[in-house]
Amino acid sequence: MRAVPRADRRPPPSVLALAVVCALFLFLPLVGLLLRAPWASLLSELTRPAIQDTLWLSLRTSLAATALAVLFGLPLALALARVEFPGRSFVRALALLPLVLPPVVGGVALILVLGRLGIVGSALESLFGVRLFGTTAGVVIAETFVALPFLVLTLEAALRAMDTRYEEAAMTLGARPWTVLRRVTLPAILPALGAGTVLAWARALGEFGATITFAGNLPGETQTIPLAVFVELQRGLDGAIALSLVLVAVSLAVIVAMRDHLVSSPS
Amino acid sequence: MIEAEVALTLGTLDLEASMRAGSNETVVLVGPNGAGKTTMLRLLAGLLPLERGRVVVDHEVLEDTSAGIRVNTESRRIGFVFQDYLLFKHLSALDNVAFGLRAQGRGRAEARGRAQEWLERVGLGDEATTRPSALSGGQAQRVALARALATDPRVLLLDEPLAALDATARASVRRDLIAHLRSFEGMRVVVTHDPVEAVALGDRLVVLEDGGVIQEGTAEELRERPRSAYVAELFGSNMWRGVADAGVVTLESGAELLAPGVPTGTVLVSVHPRAVALYAQRPEGSPRNVWPGVVAAIEPSGEVLRVRIEGRIPVIALVTRAARDELQLVEGRAVWAAVKATEISVYPA
Repeated sequence: MRAVPRADRRPPPSVLALAVVCALFLFLPLVGLLLRAPWASLLSELTRPAIQDTLWLSLRTSLAATALAVLFGLPLALALARVEFPGRSFVRALALLPLVLPPVVGGVALILVLGRLGIVGSALESLFGVRLFGTTAGVVIAETFVALPFLVLTLEAALRAMDTRYEEAAMTLGARPWTVLRRVTLPAILPALGAGTVLAWARALGEFGATITFAGNLPGETQTIPLAVFVELQRGLDGAIALSLVLVAVSLAVIVAMRDHLVSSPS
Repeated sequence: MIEAEVALTLGTLDLEASMRAGSNETVVLVGPNGAGKTTMLRLLAGLLPLERGRVVVDHEVLEDTSAGIRVNTESRRIGFVFQDYLLFKHLSALDNVAFGLRAQGRGRAEARGRAQEWLERVGLGDEATTRPSALSGGQAQRVALARALATDPRVLLLDEPLAALDATARASVRRDLIAHLRSFEGMRVVVTHDPVEAVALGDRLVVLEDGGVIQEGTAEELRERPRSAYVAELFGSNMWRGVADAGVVTLESGAELLAPGVPTGTVLVSVHPRAVALYAQRPEGSPRNVWPGVVAAIEPSGEVLRVRIEGRIPVIALVTRAARDELQLVEGRAVWAAVKATEISVYPA
């Protein structure tokens, strides 16, 4: 659209000054990290066997957590958006909980339910011999817990915004509920599913509090990148910075990939 | 044969209507906005549940609230062409048409082959790979029609099939639509608010007003004996309500019309605008129904002009342009309207 001349809507200069401070506050830590990065030894830092284990573990657990979040988050989003049931807004609020709950509290809560003495945890262990507390599987559970809201929220918003008459059109053409879901609903919310998945993955990859509380900090087994950053900091800066840069790179890639979804600027 | 008796309260709409359509028949549902036309189609297709009533197609009960029967939309074999077509945006024209065949469990190759045949039948064989966003309104309408017909439905429902098109496309699309409807041998139910469309498409018209069926019949029957102001307006007829006694009809306004040999009681009176003659002065001689009025509006209607006259008996007259010039008809001019008693149609209300 062509720009139309209009009155100056700029806020007062003092407000703009605060805006500049805010932008610097967001930007400078990143610059500091980049300036202080051990560029020369970066490769050798990241190829250390212990670090390699950490990177590999983080990748595996975060991808598994993302898959679980999609597998269970999509049905929940569908139920919230399409089924009227008593307590729906309560369940919706519950789906938001991991977003606002301090992750360490989430970890404690997970221990109480899925830990060795927890209701579900003890049953899992006695019936199936599956232990979540303090294991790699526990890392996946902790990451799934914190990542779920991103998928559920994004998908539910997309499902509500979607024109449900397309689903009705499919029904009149003889499509059963599974076919409608697979061939009409999912394609319509595919962009949101992509965005939600990437956000959930980024959140899972960066998860710290719930992971260390519920799964512990065992190198090679439960020590993911954020945990390793924390441990490396005790030894010296270089390792911590190198690992941090990995997460920064991922975050920037996510922002670039998601810019249309996260930031909509007037054109 | 589709037979439906439906009752449903939805927001401000209180729908209680019954209708039927025979095989190879096009029934047009007409009515003002909010009358319940689209809701009726959605009930037939099972997209809305009935509160009370039943829907039967070819002796198969699709829904019966008293017997607790309800067949799901996808099993009804009722095709639906939506007002804005609702083509699946992520699929090509061909895959849109093949959708229903695939949903019925046919293989990909067979479904696509038959979809291609359908596209050719509606004259869009070359647009198979085109996305809906690149189709014109008329093309999208034909794809939607082909998509619905490809599933071999028993009933075809069309909701305002031409409303989304601009005026230039409408005439040719309407012609094609009539041809395609004729070649479909099931029952056809079309919703429209456009009288031209209603007359062109419908074998029979059902008028829905305020959730109820006011009148049904052929276009001819509705034009001659409209039962509501809406129907009269739809066909450009004049209609008044009154009480008849001994060849005199007393209208609600108190004015009287002479119509020999009419039944006694509450009646509706209709006069074709063509039968209304206008005079500058009170005419002498044969026409016995004469009353004064003032020209309120003059609108062109094809070759002639529709003149709306306000007065004790508000009336619409059709006059030629020559007559307009001769009578110097302009808005606000006082005139006399005259109707021969034999041109007045009187029927029980």
